[in-house]
Amino acid sequence: MLALSDFLVLAAVLFCISVVGIFINRKNLIVLLMCIELMLLAVNLNFVAFSHFSGNIAGQVFVFFILTVAAAEAAIGLAILVVLFRNKRNINVEQLDALKG
Amino acid sequence: MVQFIFYLFATVLIFAAVRVITVKNPVHAALHLVLAFFSMAAIWLLLEAEFLAIALVLVYVGAVMVLFLFVVMMLDINVATVSEGFTRYLSSGFLVGLLILLEMVAVVGSHHFGLKAMPAPTPMAADAVVNTVLLGNVLYTEYVYPFELAAIILLVAMVAAIALVMRPKRWSKYVKPEDQVVVKAQDRLTMVKMTAEKES
Repeated sequence: MLALSDFLVLAAVLFCISVVGIFINRKNLIVLLMCIELMLLAVNLNFVAFSHFSGNIAGQVFVFFILTVAAAEAAIGLAILVVLFRNKRNINVEQLDALKG
Repeated sequence: MVQFIFYLFATVLIFAAVRVITVKNPVHAALHLVLAFFSMAAIWLLLEAEFLAIALVLVYVGAVMVLFLFVVMMLDINVATVSEGFTRYLSSGFLVGLLILLEMVAVVGSHHFGLKAMPAPTPMAADAVVNTVLLGNVLYTEYVYPFELAAIILLVAMVAAIALVMRPKRWSKYVKPEDQVVVKAQDRLTMVKMTAEKES
């Protein structure tokens, strides 16, 4: 019998993998975007698992909205990436220092 | 049997996620991300969330990841320069990730969310109301206002993405307002002194 903790631990493992991915791929903007997608997926698994085990459909509605926002975020992020590559000819995060922050 | 399916897909999911963050080639990373989304859809099917599982496959694998692959292949990325510093942050990143994982497992582990604390719901009967109907019933009544907002977010994202990457066509004639407002009368009108000419 599968318990709720199995799904939650799986989501936690997935979330930590994407955190480590953001740490070690800090030069590559595309992989950073993919790590953010993985993080959102882990959070969605939490929502779906809680929704199933508590018998409340509201969690799945929330996942629906998260999927919508994540799709919008991916579209705008990739558009910004394309504009960035057009202007600088690379996507190295280290060279994005035009704002002198 | 259900446990076997869960652990099979969970293993594939974690393997794919690890490959996403470790491969050098972004195309391989995107393809492994597709595998991760697919395994996650199977796990959501185990949780009786059929509509979301199908939506994940259709929207993510079908649209978002194709967009990712499209951008990755369109941009000419130098793999060697973007992947340097990989091993430098590997140890610290691994340490932080392991710490976060231990803390999270301590919170969400079987002690608090095991079968005793949260008993598994009875499996859905074959003639029960399907998940898509349940979701649609609340989505278009109770959550209709957020639903419209989600549609507006998608519209705004589409307009923003197009506006960001669109370049003005070179052959079309258009006015630059910033040049138009700074123009002076001397730029446009030249006074010439000349003798009067008589019509013969």
